[in-house]
Amino acid sequence: MRAGSSLLVSGLILVAAQLSPGQGTTMSLPKTVEAGAAFSIQNPGSGKATLYIIGTGQVLKRDVQLGETTFFPAGSLYNAGRYLAVLTQDSSTQNGSFDVVPASKPADMSFFAKPSRLPVGLHDGITGTVYVFDTYHNLISAPTPVSFELSTPSGTVQKRTLVTSEGAAWTAMDSTAQQGIDRFAARIGDVSSTRIVGQVPGDPCTLKMNARQSGQQVELITDPVRDCSGNAIPDGTIVTFTQSYKGSQSTIDQPLKRGIAQVTMQVHPGATLSVASGVVMGNQIGWAK
Amino acid sequence: MNSGRLLAAFLFTATVALVVIGTLWPAPSAAAYAGAQSMLASSSTAEGAVRNLADEIRAQQWDKAYSHLANKAQFTEPEFAHDLTGYYPSLLTYSTLDKFEVHPLHASDTEADMQLTMHWATVVGSSVSTRQLHVVKNGNTWEAEWPVVKEPTVPPQVIPVNYLRWDVIYRGPGDDWGAQDVEAPHVRIVDMRPVERADGVVILGELLNEDVVPAYVSVGATLISKNQTTIATEGSFDKIAHLLLPKQVTPFFIKFPNVALSDVGSIRMSPQSSLIAASADPVIEIGDQQLHPAPDASLTGQLINQSGQIVNVAHVLGTFYDKSGKIVWVADQYVDHALSPQNPVPFQIHIPEDLAKNIATQRTVVSTYSSGGSL
Repeated sequence: MRAGSSLLVSGLILVAAQLSPGQGTTMSLPKTVEAGAAFSIQNPGSGKATLYIIGTGQVLKRDVQLGETTFFPAGSLYNAGRYLAVLTQDSSTQNGSFDVVPASKPADMSFFAKPSRLPVGLHDGITGTVYVFDTYHNLISAPTPVSFELSTPSGTVQKRTLVTSEGAAWTAMDSTAQQGIDRFAARIGDVSSTRIVGQVPGDPCTLKMNARQSGQQVELITDPVRDCSGNAIPDGTIVTFTQSYKGSQSTIDQPLKRGIAQVTMQVHPGATLSVASGVVMGNQIGWAK
Repeated sequence: MNSGRLLAAFLFTATVALVVIGTLWPAPSAAAYAGAQSMLASSSTAEGAVRNLADEIRAQQWDKAYSHLANKAQFTEPEFAHDLTGYYPSLLTYSTLDKFEVHPLHASDTEADMQLTMHWATVVGSSVSTRQLHVVKNGNTWEAEWPVVKEPTVPPQVIPVNYLRWDVIYRGPGDDWGAQDVEAPHVRIVDMRPVERADGVVILGELLNEDVVPAYVSVGATLISKNQTTIATEGSFDKIAHLLLPKQVTPFFIKFPNVALSDVGSIRMSPQSSLIAASADPVIEIGDQQLHPAPDASLTGQLINQSGQIVNVAHVLGTFYDKSGKIVWVADQYVDHALSPQNPVPFQIHIPEDLAKNIATQRTVVSTYSSGGSL
């Protein structure tokens, strides 16, 4: 059944394509139809005929009385694109084309915010891209104003207002010095969408440890580890403690817990103790006891 | 058509003949594997006694092996078996003795010392262990004394653990197009160097997880020739610590066999990362790390499990640098014993002899696997 319909449509397109330019069409077609809007087609002549409207993903068929106007109610055609109208009566065929354009009023948007997590203090580190759609999810290619708003944990708000080009608009914002959750919103008229962006601490800035005797062993404990903006480095971040002694080395990768890293190890008198996290080196302690 | 039938008939006849021959006169090794007598029928020599013992170990005939020991009064049969297969599940638990070598060290009429080198076939490759056995003559036969190593067992207890754990919720199938997903961890190659070896080119490097979440990582590399054609693409496979906690660094090693560095115009590196549910536990101390020069250049040390969880398999990766801090080599070793809490387990990573003289410093990391599925 579906194959039969496809064959019919293909045949109609072929017939219409074979018409010479001189034959023309006398159907009265609208130049453009807004997606989802009602429209009408005036069919000249007399008698009964069949009108086909063929477009991307949509085909309409109406039995029409020539000489009268055929009305199509709202919602008949909703996919934007070029449509072919073919009017067939017996062996004669008339055809014409018209465009279904997106509705002018935005009804939906796709908002891409990248990344969802980034270090603090990055210039243009957060990007947002918006695609604007009408009720029927047609991309609105007409210029449309879009406002972006990034609310940061420090309370500051960054705003941009742009106009879409070919249905899209994008902007870049800075991450601020304070860690926390950003709310990144895009608004077009009364349509809005919000994304969450996490601002996380950067690399440790000052990594300092202290050592103290604890029974037979030595307890190594860092000061609270912070980045250069003063944000606490998240728990779970690995801190490496190293003891170097006469060509021998002992290391422990210890995750931060409650902002500090703490280990207990057997330390040789004369050993050098050092601490690091990622590519950041901390202080060294010569253990003389 | 006739020649095909003739060939089929010949193959059938030959197969039957070989089966009959193998059944009537089995090879000693096959008989040993089938549970028959050992490859060496008697223990009339010290070396023969050790070989018999090794054969029984290979056949996993713990009762027979134990019954032939001279010092079985010092330990039980399960302790003997556990000494060879591990007290806790480990690489050895799922391995078999592939081959062995016996080297006499000292011998007299009544006693001898033998070195037994055992090559275990494990799921991650060969694992070699060596034991020195004292062998004594008892009447007309020789019996080996097994140098049992009683692994300290952990007394039953409850160890509270409050390390972090990360779980991940990804976007669901019902989310709209354009909806946000959780960001993959940001990782960065902080060092990379191609090295030419006799059997090809290797890419050495280090990868840093610069994010605040755990990452499952791997590294791929593509060699591009000078005329911009692809020579080969390889991955780090297991020569990397796949789980990186925040700010953790792993070395990686990618091998391109049968490629000359002079043919390589450029290298395209592909670090990959994805979010993974992970725990900051267990914490492993890598103690007493020492570089040993050639001959037999190696890095030795010991792993000490500072957590309460039994670690079934530990993978040690060493990164070796020259005096200027340039990466020289990456090597690894799987530890075949489980790590129980606070019990040191030694490791030894071998270093190519020709590179050992260039090595000034090293950095060692360990990745662990525990049964139960958690990384």
